[in-house]
Amino acid sequence: MIASTWQWLTDPVNWSGPGSIPDQIVTHLWYCAIALFTASLIAIPAGLAIGHTGRGRFFGVNLAAAARAIPSLGLLFLMVLWLFPKFSGSSGSAAFVVPSLIVLAVLAIPPILAGAYAGVEGVDPAARDAAKGMGMTGLQVLRRVEIPNAMPLIFSGFRSATLQVIATATLAAVVGADGLGRFLIDGQKIRDYPQMAGGSLVVALLALAVDLLLGVIQRYAVSPGLTGRRTSASRRGRVDTPASTDRSNTPLDVEISDPRRTVDSQPS
Amino acid sequence: MTWFIDHLGDVWNLGRQHAVLAGLPLVLGLLIALPLGWLARRFRWLYAPFTAGFGLLYTIPSLALFVILPLVTGRGILDPFNVIVAMTLYTVALLVRTVADGLGSVPSAVTNAATAMGYTPGKRFFAVELPLAVPVISAGLRVAAVSNVSIVSVGTVIGVQQLGLFFSDGFNRQFYDPIVVGIVACIVLALIFDAVILVVTRLLTPWLRVTGARA
Repeated sequence: MIASTWQWLTDPVNWSGPGSIPDQIVTHLWYCAIALFTASLIAIPAGLAIGHTGRGRFFGVNLAAAARAIPSLGLLFLMVLWLFPKFSGSSGSAAFVVPSLIVLAVLAIPPILAGAYAGVEGVDPAARDAAKGMGMTGLQVLRRVEIPNAMPLIFSGFRSATLQVIATATLAAVVGADGLGRFLIDGQKIRDYPQMAGGSLVVALLALAVDLLLGVIQRYAVSPGLTGRRTSASRRGRVDTPASTDRSNTPLDVEISDPRRTVDSQPS
Repeated sequence: MTWFIDHLGDVWNLGRQHAVLAGLPLVLGLLIALPLGWLARRFRWLYAPFTAGFGLLYTIPSLALFVILPLVTGRGILDPFNVIVAMTLYTVALLVRTVADGLGSVPSAVTNAATAMGYTPGKRFFAVELPLAVPVISAGLRVAAVSNVSIVSVGTVIGVQQLGLFFSDGFNRQFYDPIVVGIVACIVLALIFDAVILVVTRLLTPWLRVTGARA
């Protein structure tokens, strides 16, 4: 099984031409990017607004929880049935791709939203008050204090959304769209298990690679004052090591109380 | 709506099987993740490889896992055992980090106080650290519960008995009712799981009710 999977993965036939591994990786990433971009356009402003104003929290949190519970496969079938007649005039695979993108965006919204509002909500009230005291307007506080401070959690929400979207984008193949799911569906049809195993390995590696890339971007996008990149010497006396508080990439991305914010762990 | 009433028996039967396939792995996964999370806290150098490594399990597409696991376990492709194993893997993937972070969120002053009062490390873990980590662990468990209910429905692709069969039934016949009923049934099941976890958490953390802190 492992040997034949390796054989499938290294077969040059699978690495060039339409429908090959690189081809499907590009398609797969393209679906994921569109879905994540759309989801971010909706979820980040909404999350920032909820976190900043504190209004609509109940509504937003429960809507996001309900959206998490929607089974992706069911929504996908529903969307294809509903949208298929509307696309019958247009050419190509839009009738399968658009429903898949909608499903992926719905999947990505809850974690991104949760990361954004939890991030803004968790900003140290003292920092927010200080910003107000310096005469910043509400929007200035949001832009210059709350968003930079919320960056780690915004990233963590986005990264967990990305992981889920990359793994779930394989479902697009069930209804006939392209992407890495093709190898799983086509492999299952002809009982070609090495192809299925190879395809899923590529998906997992792709998810890992994208997550690593986002991790690097996060390192440079988050203020050094938060990551302790430049200030590690002055903070050596802290109770927790960075490893124990680095929660990026956590799939539950919120609701973990931050040990750094308790009074007794402040460096004295 | 009439379709739903006519097929109430089917919804109930498949719903029950769906609940087992999604619920049992939650319990198994938690039991496996507890010692792993504890190890990740106890030995700091294990934290990064454990959380990243088990988190990686979550990136395996469920579609592939459902088809490939029968080859690994040697059971028939329709055997629910395979789905239970797959869902347990996903639950562990989500919970190892949660358990480790939950145990990490216990203030060191509290554990120090317990040690000073003469708690042995084992007793301290079960009497102090684990109960205080319950709110964080339960938050992770709620995410895992909802995600399990959704992922189990992917078992439709290989024909496992669960609510997702309504999706393919409706899709093949181009008929909305079964799909909508299936989706609503999944959401209701997820809400039931959520409510059960919330109630259990409340019972396990009486001190949060007294002080009125958030659960």
